[in-house]
Amino acid sequence: METSTVKQKSVPNLRPNQYKKTQTRKNYIIAYIFLLPWLIGFFSLVLGPMVSSLYLSFTKFDLLNPPEWIGLANYQDMFSDDKYWASVKVTLQFVFIAVPTQLIAALLVAVLLNKGIKGVGIYRTVYYLPSLLGGSVAIALLWKNLFGIDGIINQVLGFFGIAGQGWVSHPDYALGTIIILATWQFGASMVIFLAGLKQIPSELYEAAAVDGSSKVNTFFKITLPLLSPVIFFNLVIELIKSIQVFTSAYIISEGTGGPINSTLFYTLYLYQRGFSYFEMGFASAMAWVLVFVLGVMTIMIFLSSKFWVHYEDGGKL
Amino acid sequence: MNHRLSYSKVVTHGFIITLGVLMLYPVLWMVSSSIKPENLIFSSPGLWPKEITFNNYINGWNVVRDVSFGLFFKNSFIISVISVVANLITCSMAAYAFARLKFPLKKLWFACMLMTIMLPAHATLIPQYTIFHNLGWINTILPLTVPKLLATDGFFIFLMVQFFRGIPRELDESAIMDGCGVVKIYTRIIIPLAVPVLITTAIFTFIWTWDDFFSQILYLNTVDKFTVPLGLRLFLDSQGESSWGAVFAMSVLSMLPITLIFFTFQRYIVEGIATSGIKG
Repeated sequence: METSTVKQKSVPNLRPNQYKKTQTRKNYIIAYIFLLPWLIGFFSLVLGPMVSSLYLSFTKFDLLNPPEWIGLANYQDMFSDDKYWASVKVTLQFVFIAVPTQLIAALLVAVLLNKGIKGVGIYRTVYYLPSLLGGSVAIALLWKNLFGIDGIINQVLGFFGIAGQGWVSHPDYALGTIIILATWQFGASMVIFLAGLKQIPSELYEAAAVDGSSKVNTFFKITLPLLSPVIFFNLVIELIKSIQVFTSAYIISEGTGGPINSTLFYTLYLYQRGFSYFEMGFASAMAWVLVFVLGVMTIMIFLSSKFWVHYEDGGKL
Repeated sequence: MNHRLSYSKVVTHGFIITLGVLMLYPVLWMVSSSIKPENLIFSSPGLWPKEITFNNYINGWNVVRDVSFGLFFKNSFIISVISVVANLITCSMAAYAFARLKFPLKKLWFACMLMTIMLPAHATLIPQYTIFHNLGWINTILPLTVPKLLATDGFFIFLMVQFFRGIPRELDESAIMDGCGVVKIYTRIIIPLAVPVLITTAIFTFIWTWDDFFSQILYLNTVDKFTVPLGLRLFLDSQGESSWGAVFAMSVLSMLPITLIFFTFQRYIVEGIATSGIKG
């Protein structure tokens, strides 16, 4: 009240209420100007395209001719397409193996590093470096070479008297090399785990030690529950990331998804149908199924979190 | 007792060091192979090159006739730098509105912004491509940079909102007393105090743009427009005769900018991941 009477003097022709109203309206306008780039982007590049890709998924569309409504035909084609199911299988195999392996490796190394070891900073850097470089074409090319017929993996195996083979060109092993590449990049999750471990009060561990709790018991009864919000966060992030893997599969299989579709990731097949064959209606249908499945998976993880994620402050964000 | 403790420490250290060496080995081997003569790459898994040559770099640099990696680096740098500047400006503007200003529908827009973080790029891919195609933007840098000018990287907005909320509101209030408006609070108080989160945003935007193979392969299709990742992909086509030395040489060069940034700004990167992880 006081301030408005003071300000009133500088704007004598307006009553306090009116002045306040124009002032708030002016502030709203300024706020929307700050938000404007994002708003334009949201409508033109996110919301609009989302709706329009749903529409396109019911059409035959090759970019050059106008889309032609064909109802559910794309979805029917998709669900009766062996190659489509191959891509689903490859992606799910990858997600269900690579995500847990990566998170477990990240957690174990983080626990080891958190033991008050000297030089944690250096180790943290060394372990993080693969995460920094791992998504690049350069590393994918390196992987293709390492696991090739005369790559160093086979030379090391040969040293132990084991006969190797062209791992990236064998349908049973090619996906495995990409899983190893993903696991190799556990460093980013590990850094997040390390930060989480530092938040756990040391009194809890002291109390556990006084009570004679074994190390394993302490890990399961104190470390894991208190770290569960961080595990939850890492799980969601890694799930979203790994379901969209593209670069490594593209480079290692030279864009084919082979041998025998063994590295035909969902996104790679979507790319082939959409941008090699220009079947954009089909690709849109694939995209929508991906969004739907990822959405269901995320919601399931969120719902399940009630049972295993423990929040110190009762779940307040 | 004491003896056993130090024994377990030695084992832990030994394990951590061995694992670290194993993890870095492939990258170090690639660096060393890039300066080995072609015929020695596959015969020696060791790190120390017996013979040193820079031929791989010379051969790799001119992977295709008429076009060299110099151009690819230039193209990559242009796209990455524009993306960094655009993200810094537009994401911080949106974040400022969300963190500090009052306006109608704020909650709705904030929820929409959070949703875009989780949304896979594929959901919007085909229509976006169609829009850019209709605008005649295919094979230009516009599809790779204009989205950043429109603050489509929700993750960074979220990161900044979290940071801006931590800046004491008393500072805003005293600025208002001094006669600062909404705009001046943004330029004079929030931005100068938010330098750490701005650096984190700049670094990650640069790294992610530099490595964004998927968008680049989608939108750039003639060699003169190619970026570094697309240049590296060219080696896939021209293989057959073994040119791994050249591949490694250019791969090492392609990772150099990111590695340099990492070692310069290590603190911001690691802190950035740790804090955003906890707050997420």
